Amino acid sequence: MFDLDSINEIWQTIARNKTRSILTAFGVFWGIFILVILLASGNGFQNGMNTQIEGFATNSAFVIPVQTTEAYKGYQKGRDWEAEMSDLQAIKKSVKGVDLVSPIINSYSYNGDNNVFYGTKGGNFSMKGLLPNYNDIDRGKILYGRFINETDIAEARKVCVIGKKVYEDVIGTDKNPLGLMIKANGIYYQVVGVIQAYNSNVSISGSTNETVILPLTTMQKAYNRGNKIDFFVFTARKGQNIKKLQEEVGALLRERHDIAPTDEGAIMMFDFEELFTMFDYLFLGIKILIWIVGIGTLLSGVVGVSNIMLVTIKERTREIGVRRALGAKPAIIIRQVVAESLLLTILAGIVGLVIGVGIMAVVSGIVGNMPSDNIMFLDPQIGFGAAIAATIIIVLSGLLAGVLPAMRAIQIKAIDAIREE
Amino acid sequence: MIKLENINKTYFGAQPLHVLKGIDLHVEEGELVSIMGASGSGKSTLLNIIGILDNYDEGDYYLAGNLVKNLSENQAAEYRNKLIGFIFQSFNLIPFKTALENVALPLFYQGVNRKKRNTMAMEYLERFGLKDWADHYPNELSGGQKQRVSIARALVTSPKIILADEPTGALDSKTSAEVMQILREVNASGITMVIVTHERGIASLTRKIVHLKDGIIESIEENDPDKMDFTKEIK
Repeated sequence: MFDLDSINEIWQTIARNKTRSILTAFGVFWGIFILVILLASGNGFQNGMNTQIEGFATNSAFVIPVQTTEAYKGYQKGRDWEAEMSDLQAIKKSVKGVDLVSPIINSYSYNGDNNVFYGTKGGNFSMKGLLPNYNDIDRGKILYGRFINETDIAEARKVCVIGKKVYEDVIGTDKNPLGLMIKANGIYYQVVGVIQAYNSNVSISGSTNETVILPLTTMQKAYNRGNKIDFFVFTARKGQNIKKLQEEVGALLRERHDIAPTDEGAIMMFDFEELFTMFDYLFLGIKILIWIVGIGTLLSGVVGVSNIMLVTIKERTREIGVRRALGAKPAIIIRQVVAESLLLTILAGIVGLVIGVGIMAVVSGIVGNMPSDNIMFLDPQIGFGAAIAATIIIVLSGLLAGVLPAMRAIQIKAIDAIREE
Repeated sequence: MIKLENINKTYFGAQPLHVLKGIDLHVEEGELVSIMGASGSGKSTLLNIIGILDNYDEGDYYLAGNLVKNLSENQAAEYRNKLIGFIFQSFNLIPFKTALENVALPLFYQGVNRKKRNTMAMEYLERFGLKDWADHYPNELSGGQKQRVSIARALVTSPKIILADEPTGALDSKTSAEVMQILREVNASGITMVIVTHERGIASLTRKIVHLKDGIIESIEENDPDKMDFTKEIK
């Protein structure tokens, strides 16, 4: 179809009316361009949102003890109860499908006074007692050193991992924090690591960036907590339903702490499954919308090409008639018209694709260099699959645009052209 | 070469128009024939049928021994391309192609490769003294030059017959004489030629004049063009 002669023949007719060809092609160019920009932006937002929830195990649930709301076994309602380390072992043992269970102890400086000091500098930060496995659930980026490890727990070492903001405010970024002793609520701890939250939007009881993390056992001792904990988080094994696990965990806790089996209010539990599912649907919706808008824009470009081609065919009645008189077969005429539309569309489409991808690559570069913790827009590029899809759409729309004019063209008989007006 | 037997043609419009009412015509190989008639006599329709540009309702038409009846578009295109050369009143050159490309176009539809068809086209242009104009577009040529280009285009496929529809209709008398001279030379080389005209002067340059009136052949006049006085204007 595209030997040199044919291309030359097609090119002649396209180049004959440059302005019109360019204006016609612009519709398709714009369609593809917009499609690429929209798709890439959609991906950018999705990537941005994904970084917001990055590092957080999506199959995790939080369990927080609150007051009972029903009287049970002689206890009045409104009783405070606390979870214990033994609860966690029981859960791990009897609720199959639970993967990790990680306890959390909190301490806040409620009066707003500075509670964490290095030398003369200080700041107001919360403290958390954690096990090493917490970093598998709410993952942070280790900037210096390491996270809490098993030895810290076993020996209840007086060490700490500090959040990025703690490091910046209290120690200062000009110093290597490792090995330094900071004073938190009157007790000295050696800094073994600095951690940065992947995002500061999803956080439980204060951003990791503004927290001093102690080994759980150290915290229990220092704050006289015995084996009590404030709350805990658990994750589901692959393929397990997090909602069902929450029910099982809740039932076990109610039994162990003499809470009425019907007392839903005594335990606060939540997970991010719905949030993540909502995100998924949101982005699916955005994607569908983008394709509809993009294809719609492209379609109007195709209609434009088709329309102009029809006008062109009308104008070329005589030329086509002469060609037929000289021996051009209908197939040749169809081929020529479709090839014209195809060439025009493909050229315009490829230019649109390249410029669209190029612009988004530049945007991607700019966004990527922006120093921000809360990036809502990241790496706005279209994937290889989308590019291939776009190319296929370009070719199909070129063929589509050529069909109607081609049908019109073969209706022109040689005699129509020859007839003197 | 051309054998028409009882050709009938009716145009079915708001009122059916019986244009050709039984045409019988034989044109031998190498003949130079003109068809004359007033406007509406059916001469253009007859030429269109001979040129396989239009079909007919009744009768038989044999072209170079082939029955031309109910042909598919493809067959018709092939016959036109191989057997017939057209020369039109308004030249019908393709405006965005050079003289050379115009002449080479029928060969393109025969699938002749570019180099060969350009060589052949150039030969024909040269024959009609247009070598220097090969790269010019039709709007850069005079009427006579355009018609010579279209004659070259008609001849480039070495057709059996040349059909000329008012070939001098758009030309002044001097150029008309030149073009007729060329056509006579072409005919002298052995190619059958049918010219439709309403000008007596043009017809009188042919050997056989077919007079058409109201869709039937009124008379066929034998003529000796060599008796023509070329010093006189032909119009």
